[in-house]
Amino acid sequence: MTKKFIADWTVREIIRKNDAFLLRLVLEDENQAFPETLPGQFVQVLVKNSASTYLRRPISIHFVEPEKREIHLLIQITGEGTRQIAKTATGDKLNLICPLGNSFSLPERNDKSPKFFLLIGGGVGAAPLLYLGHRLRKIGYVPDFLLGAYSKENFFDNRPFETVGNLFLTTEDGSAGSKGYVTNHPVLETKTYDFIYTCGPRPMMQAVAQYARKKNIPCEISLENTMACGIGACLCCVEKTVYKGNVCVCTEGPVFNINELLWLI
Amino acid sequence: MADLAVNIGTLNFKNPVLTASGTFGYGVEYSDFIDLSRLGGIFVKGTTLNAREGNDYPRMAETSSGMLNAVGLQNKGVQYFISNIYPEIKNIDTNIMVNVSGSTIEDYCVCAEQINELEKIPAIELNISCPNVKQGGMAFGTSAKAAAEVVAAVRRTYNKTLIVKLSPNVTDITEIARAVEAEGADAVSLINTLMGMAIDIERRRPVLSTVTGGLSGACIKPVALRMVWQTARAVKIPVIGMGGISSWQDAVEFILAGATAIEIGTANFIDPTVSMKVIDGIDEYLDRKNIDSVRKLIGSID
Repeated sequence: MTKKFIADWTVREIIRKNDAFLLRLVLEDENQAFPETLPGQFVQVLVKNSASTYLRRPISIHFVEPEKREIHLLIQITGEGTRQIAKTATGDKLNLICPLGNSFSLPERNDKSPKFFLLIGGGVGAAPLLYLGHRLRKIGYVPDFLLGAYSKENFFDNRPFETVGNLFLTTEDGSAGSKGYVTNHPVLETKTYDFIYTCGPRPMMQAVAQYARKKNIPCEISLENTMACGIGACLCCVEKTVYKGNVCVCTEGPVFNINELLWLI
Repeated sequence: MADLAVNIGTLNFKNPVLTASGTFGYGVEYSDFIDLSRLGGIFVKGTTLNAREGNDYPRMAETSSGMLNAVGLQNKGVQYFISNIYPEIKNIDTNIMVNVSGSTIEDYCVCAEQINELEKIPAIELNISCPNVKQGGMAFGTSAKAAAEVVAAVRRTYNKTLIVKLSPNVTDITEIARAVEAEGADAVSLINTLMGMAIDIERRRPVLSTVTGGLSGACIKPVALRMVWQTARAVKIPVIGMGGISSWQDAVEFILAGATAIEIGTANFIDPTVSMKVIDGIDEYLDRKNIDSVRKLIGSID
């Protein structure tokens, strides 16, 4: 496993849209090897200048460009901590602990049987699916993305997803793609998938997990339980599992196969 | 380069910087970030006789300059520790100490007795101050009589260094400290977390599954410092100070207040390397003040 490390990263670019923002961070310190990063892993961001924010914020990795020494984070402003992070400007430093957590499981590179992968995301929660799709593409699979949002405006930027795979959209108000929830999209009826990955709001992931279980399709989800340390020391972010009781989402997750969890599905 | 070594009873520590139980796992969680052998010591996760699943999620609520937790002593029990964890950590070149908790006096005794057999565990920290378990825990630490009983019983079965971790959720912490000193404790460590609470106003319900939890982090430092100062004046045994220590300056304050050693807890979550910075900072402070040993700093306020 790649060694975890703590370092300052420089903001190369910040792009804002509504209450979300994309950070392109570069690891400038040449003495620090650029980490091997797996899809589904996350970083812990130190928040400065906020009296009410004491702990780091766990943020999933949206994309990685090792040749540029860049990690991209796509973040929804949900409270004071993320609001402070959103105030950073190009050239500022952000202190990260990374890479953290397990990863989405990828098929073996030499497995040549055709496989169809569906990556279902809700809102900005879709963030880690871009890097997952990219890694699937690199080993020869073209993934399908099914992204849902309340309205057209709530998608951050769908172009990177279109570059990596096929893109299907749903919106609750019908302003883009198919009207309704991701689990109502017609592609679920017309195509047969071998594997589903999902990340987004918990009710959406539960609906996806229910669908996957009904269709007997293997499914992995990424959880975002409230965390303190992010490295398995404090035991605050636990999730109940079938075989191992309470486990830390930060180290045993954030990615779980739905069969591991005691969700009401 | 000052002399940083301190003693608790007959046990020698290479420096006074220890890591607090429940914030440092079994040490190995931090091995990517720091050289564990540089620490004065590590208190590993609270261990009980039988495995405990802990409390339901949510177990944590962030506060201004701190956090509430209600983990509830999740651990796999002392036998699992002895068979699976101890072999992995016993050769770390520092004092590895086990925080022991229980629901009954007998639980504490049996657990301590089993750890007594472990060659590379030179001390236990008896946790009579956990606010997050229904039975035992803090109940033993909030009455001088109950605290004295459990310490007396463990003292009969445990013959290495016995440290007793005290609760701040009492009227007079010095009374409890004196009671456990009288029963043979080699040191007291304080403070454990302060009982607190948080409410989610949108959902109109408590944030923590257990309603109340233990407050830790920078916000509790002044309270902890005051209690360490009071206790150091009330007992003859060494005091290990903790509560919100986040920098070397904080650590020096606790030592000046009378602590022989200090524990770093919640600050490890924000900066996993903070303990190293505290060691270096104390060293540089002593050099700057021309003090040749940290022992001369203990309790040295006018």
